[in-house]
Amino acid sequence: MPIEEALRRRLIRAAADSIIAHAAELTALDQAIGDGDHGLNMARGCTAVLDDLDRIAALPLPGALHAIGMTLVMKVGGASGPLFGTLFMQLGRSLPETPDRAAAAAALAEAIAAVKARGRSDVGSKTMLDALVPVQEALGDPGPDWRTRLPTVADAAAAATAPMPARRGRAAYLGARSIGHVDPGARTVALIVRALCEA
Amino acid sequence: MKKFMNSADTILADSLDGLAAAHADLLTLGPQRQFVRRAALVPGKVALLSGGGSGHEPLHAGFVGRGMLDAACPGQVFTAPTPDQMLAAAAAVDTGAGVLFIVKNYEGDVMNFDMAREMWAGAAGTVLTDDDVAVETSIWSAGRRGVAGTLVVEKMLGAAAEQGRDLASLAALGRRVNAATRSMGVALGSCTVPAAGTPTFVIGADEIEIGVGIHGEPGRRRGTLRPAQELADEMIAAITADLGAAARGDVLLLVNGFGATPLMELYVMFRAADAALMRAGARVRRSLVGNFVTSLDMAGCSLTVTALDAELIELWDAPVHTAALRWGA
Repeated sequence: MPIEEALRRRLIRAAADSIIAHAAELTALDQAIGDGDHGLNMARGCTAVLDDLDRIAALPLPGALHAIGMTLVMKVGGASGPLFGTLFMQLGRSLPETPDRAAAAAALAEAIAAVKARGRSDVGSKTMLDALVPVQEALGDPGPDWRTRLPTVADAAAAATAPMPARRGRAAYLGARSIGHVDPGARTVALIVRALCEA
Repeated sequence: MKKFMNSADTILADSLDGLAAAHADLLTLGPQRQFVRRAALVPGKVALLSGGGSGHEPLHAGFVGRGMLDAACPGQVFTAPTPDQMLAAAAAVDTGAGVLFIVKNYEGDVMNFDMAREMWAGAAGTVLTDDDVAVETSIWSAGRRGVAGTLVVEKMLGAAAEQGRDLASLAALGRRVNAATRSMGVALGSCTVPAAGTPTFVIGADEIEIGVGIHGEPGRRRGTLRPAQELADEMIAAITADLGAAARGDVLLLVNGFGATPLMELYVMFRAADAALMRAGARVRRSLVGNFVTSLDMAGCSLTVTALDAELIELWDAPVHTAALRWGA
């Protein structure tokens, strides 16, 4: 599965455009249980990535992912910047230039471990990890139709954060009052997964 | 939403430009407004660097100057600043004795300062503030929040740094001041993030949020509005129960407005909190009342109590000259 510059450009643009298009929805989710800035901040980071798209897309896949991660760290701020930035930076370190599905699953597992360490968190705390981990497991499954399965898995995983009480992030201060709301970080993961799979 | 702004996109930049212009004798704005730094650095002094989301003014940039911070990194509204800001600020104010990062215990702030420290090649230390008793750590793994007590930590560390103390002893002092400090807030109304345009939370006409954080995030529970003395009694009871024996001695009392509460009401709360502390066996030896650690246009206030000893009184009384705090200098 060689990932050429045109494809890198298409994937990056699809993911960034999806976040920017859904910024208001993400912000509304964050207003319900956080501080109401997740969509705005992620959109600012994605806009910065698009502004630098010519340079980033020209890099080999690992370098491009690392550059996306650094851009998110430096432009998003809040907790989302370090967390999504760490995710992409570690993907850049772990993915080979031409990954197959199994290599992608292994790299995503390493990136998830890095996110857990950065946020001192794990699954079940109503965070982006609750979408990332099921997606990684689905990616590790050698079924033939993973590109159509993954978005469904990601959407369901994001929706499944609604009944969870938040244990990390600003939403944790709400405790039981966070129940019933989808986690904005998990929703962002689902948006990125769908955009990448459908690009 | 009604705010004095040219646009939501430029409100932070316009405000920082205004701050720098109004206090050009005290502070300077860094390139791309990445940080606010003290105009005149003291060679050989440990540099104190803080930062956090904007919307809490005067925290932190208003505390840059003699006897307090050397630099502050303003993030977007209610959003932690980024590591590149912290690295640029550290490089600008480190005069060789190292940099002490003062970080409020919010996950975004902690993670961004963690990444900055990992990338900073020079000597550095970190003091984490987590003075908010409203968060019960046994239940919430995110831990207690750093709120208005951060002002006390920054003031006392600033005085100690001017004395020439080294990085390790300042870090230890910062932890000691934080451990002697407790806060609790109550919101009467919500706040509106400029870029969002609508209130962060909805609250009824007679409702209050007890234990609110400094971004409008909830605290212990919703309640109904009661007389000021009853509210102060509840807040002081939570604070003194947590401080334990240290509360039965000399204390500093800070009554901090969240941005939309008049001073008249803050002094009502000071009187009530002072009385509650006296009944709890504490003696208020130092006091401060005003809007220092705000939440944009939120109505409400927090009470902060720091248990004092001779050293902490001396550090509190030491000269300070910043945009928002000035005495003895």
